[in-house]
Parts: sequence; C-alpha cells; structure tokens
Amino acid sequence: MTVATVVSRHWRKPPLIRRAWIRWALGLGAVVYLALALGTIDVNWTRVWEGLPRGVRFFAAFFPPNFTGRWNDISDGILESLYMTVASTVIGIAISIPVGLGAAKNIAPSVIYYFCRGVLALSRSFQEIILAIFFVKLFGFGPFAGVVTLSFATIGFYGKLLAEDIEDADPSSAEAVRATGAGWLQWINYGVQPQVMPRMIGLALYRFDINFRESAVVGIVGAGGIGATLDTAFNRYEFDSAAAILLIIIAIVMVVEYSSSYVRRWVQ
Amino acid sequence: MGAVVAIARRDGTRVWHRRAHSAQFAIWLLWAIGAAIFVYCCQLISDKTIWPFVTDAPAQAADLAARMIPPDWAFITTLWRPMWDTINMATVGTALALVLAVPVAYCAARNTTPSAVAVRPVALFIIVASRSINALIWALMLVTIIGPGVLAGILAIALRSIGFCAKLLYEAIEEIDESQVEAVRATGASGAQVAAFSIVPQVLPAFAGVSVFRWDINIRESTVLGLVGAGGIGLPLNAAITTLAWTRVSLILLIILATVVVSEWISAKVRHAII
Repeated sequence: MTVATVVSRHWRKPPLIRRAWIRWALGLGAVVYLALALGTIDVNWTRVWEGLPRGVRFFAAFFPPNFTGRWNDISDGILESLYMTVASTVIGIAISIPVGLGAAKNIAPSVIYYFCRGVLALSRSFQEIILAIFFVKLFGFGPFAGVVTLSFATIGFYGKLLAEDIEDADPSSAEAVRATGAGWLQWINYGVQPQVMPRMIGLALYRFDINFRESAVVGIVGAGGIGATLDTAFNRYEFDSAAAILLIIIAIVMVVEYSSSYVRRWVQ
Repeated sequence: MGAVVAIARRDGTRVWHRRAHSAQFAIWLLWAIGAAIFVYCCQLISDKTIWPFVTDAPAQAADLAARMIPPDWAFITTLWRPMWDTINMATVGTALALVLAVPVAYCAARNTTPSAVAVRPVALFIIVASRSINALIWALMLVTIIGPGVLAGILAIALRSIGFCAKLLYEAIEEIDESQVEAVRATGASGAQVAAFSIVPQVLPAFAGVSVFRWDINIRESTVLGLVGAGGIGLPLNAAITTLAWTRVSLILLIILATVVVSEWISAKVRHAII
C-alpha cells in the first residue's frame, strides 16, 4: 500500500515563479507582445535578400585588414581615444566621489541625498551619443567635447555604484572609527573608504574599459577619438582600414580586461 | 597590504600608522605616476581644443535652452510609432541575444566547455568581439548590409548584447555548486539531464537578472540607433536636430527620459523580486 503511493508520486522540477497565475500571465503576455512586435516591424525582405550577397562582399572586403595604408590616421585616432579615456575616467571619478558620498543614504542628509540621486539619474538617462551631440554643440568639435561627455557618463555609473557600495558597507567598523572621536573626514577615510576601496578600484578599471569603447563611437558625432576615423573609413568604403581599426579596438579592450582582472586580484 | 600593523617609534612613544613606510611610499609613487599621465593627457587634449568655443559655451547653452523651451507638444502624435519601434528593438534584440548567448556561455565556462583548448578561446573571442564593438558601430555595418530599418537595429542590439549576456552567464555557470552536478550525475542522468536539473536551476536566477539588466541598457542604446538609420526614436531625433527644430528635440528628449526612467524602474523591480 505504502509502496504504491510512493511509486505513483512523480517528482517535478519546482518552477522559477511559484504562483501559477503569474507564470501563465507572464507567458501569455510575452506571446502576445512578441506577436504584436513582430507583426508591426516593417522589414523590406527584398532589400534584406539583396543585401546578403552584399554583406558577404562587405565582410570579404574586411580581409586582409589594412593596418599600414592609413596608419598615421589610425594611430592618431587611437592615441586620442586613449588620452580621452584617461582624462575622462579620472575627471569623472573625481567628481563622482563627492556625488556618490552624497547619494549614500546612510551618510548623507536627505536634502543632499535627493539632489545627488537626481544628478545620477540625469547622467544615466541619456546615451553617450545624445550627450555628445549636445556637448559638441556647446564646446565645438574635438576631443574636449568627448572628454566632457565621457566624464559626465562616468559620474552616473560610478557614483551610483559607489553610493550603493557605501550603503552596503558594514556599519560597525565605521561606528568603531567614529567612537574614537574621529572627525567626518577621518570617519570616511578610515571607516568607510577601506571597505569600498577594493571593489571601487575594480570598477574604475571597468569604467576605463567602457570609456575606451565609448570613445570609439562619440567620434561619429564629432567628439574626437578613433570614431571619426572609423566613420570616415566606412563612408569611403575603405573596409580593410575599418577592419584594422576594429581589430585594434578589440585588442586594446582585451588588454585592459586582462590587466584589470590582474590588478583586481592584486588589490583584493 | 594592510595585514601588518605598522607602528613607528617616535620619541619613545609608539605611533600607529596605517601602512608600513615602504608600502606607503609605493602607493605615493603610483599616485605620482598616475597624476603625471593624467596631466600629460589633459595637455594633449587641451592642445587640440579651440578654447574660444569652450569659453563661449555658457552663452551657447543659454541660447539653446531658450530655443528648446517650450517643447512642441503637438509633435507627440507622430512619436508613438518610433517609440514603439525603439522598445521593440530593445526587447526583441535582447531576446535574440539571450538565445544566442546561452550556447556561447556554455562553451566559455571552464566547467562546462566541451574543450578548454579548442572551443573555449573561440567563445571568449566571440564575447570580447561582441562587447568591444558598440551597438552604433554594429548598426552602421548592418545598415550598409541589410538596409535601414528596425531589423538592422534589432540585429545590432542582439550582436552587441551577446557578449555582455554570455560573459555574465558564464561567470554564473563557473560559480555553481559542483556537488549538485555530481549528485545528479550519480543518479545516472545523461549530459542533457545533468544540464537541465543541476546547472539550469542554479543559473536561472542569474539568467533572469542578466536579461532584465541588459534589456534596461538596451532601451537606452536603441534610442540612438536611429542616428545611423537603424529605426526607432533616433530617426526623428536626428531629423529634428539637423533641421534645428529644437522644440521637437526637447520633446523627444523628455520622452526618452520618461521611457528610460520607467524601464529602469521595471528592471529594478524584477531584479528585486528575483534576488
């Protein structure tokens, strides 16, 4: 008798979402949405079909990548991108430290908290390209507009993560420092900073990486860096040079990524 | 570094220091080198800058602001369709990227890859290549190949997101608890069953979190793809900027801001519910 009941029971994997009606509603909603979305997308299939052999030729034109033909322009662009990346990462992080401190609920008064959160939200809302269009308008063409764009974008990213990290910090060690009679700066420097430092160094390197990749596109709207060279290469159908630029970008991103994981291990 | 307590003797009293002298010196040296590099970079950028334009910026900003206010509210009726396209590009692109990212992540994770020598480097290269090339550049290439439109935008978003999703996923796969995998394998499960019953349940929360996170980023990214012809709200934005219709520009920016805030709120809610 008992054996029979055990045998008839069939184990099933527990679902990710426990309540059945939410699960069904989500599934149904997804299907309806997908049908609507795919139904309203205008695709010119004949154009796509015509484009496919063109795409093959397009990628065939990438090989072999031509590093030498435009080497002067490419190296100028890459170096400018790197300068922009360094400057904007440093400036952005320098500004995001006070903003991030102000946006941490556990150490900032509420007026400052809401102001700093507003700054962060504003900076995170717009894509770098949109910001770059406006900064190019304000500051003129060239890397300066790019540096301002990337610094501004860095504030939103870094400030938000710094604020969250400070909010997650262990309050007891900060309190212990405060109990010794430390002033505000000493409190931050000895109680909070050591707790958030390892992760923030890693994030700084990650942001460096992002800024380099973004610096490759803000040039398309005139804000300096390798993007302008890349855009020109595409527009002139010099796809072998474009391929060289893309490969250099990938290589630099890889180098930055590997060295950043090394530095992170060393810091932690 | 901070493990050793650094105590110096000064006039017979013991003075606590945060770090030993040599460590302190090394840190100062690193800071000095970093500062020198930074100053050098700023110098080079300053050389390429036309400063009169920069000093003129406040006046320009005031002028621009005056031209942008009030937003041209009547224009909003023509914006619903591009906005719908933008959201579709982000959502369908993210879905496509997730489908493609799963096998890549499976091949890239050290503990599940079929071959650490042959397959893993390829998967890692796909991840880096996809991550290094911005969605805008992908869109630039795709518009040349398959023509302008939403499809190019979807594919650009998908190609850009594969790397991001696959990277976070394979890190999640590498962090799973191996004992559960072993337990399922010990029951005599096949390879597919091991994956379905021991690996998938462990990474499913991470998978859901990554997909919502990326979707939120993609909403932001897809707002600009129209600038190179890949459909969405970027098309009217580009048109408004080139025709200097600043009141329309400000309206479009407000709509983008609202969409981004809503998508961020949804993403935060969902991630909160999962984790």
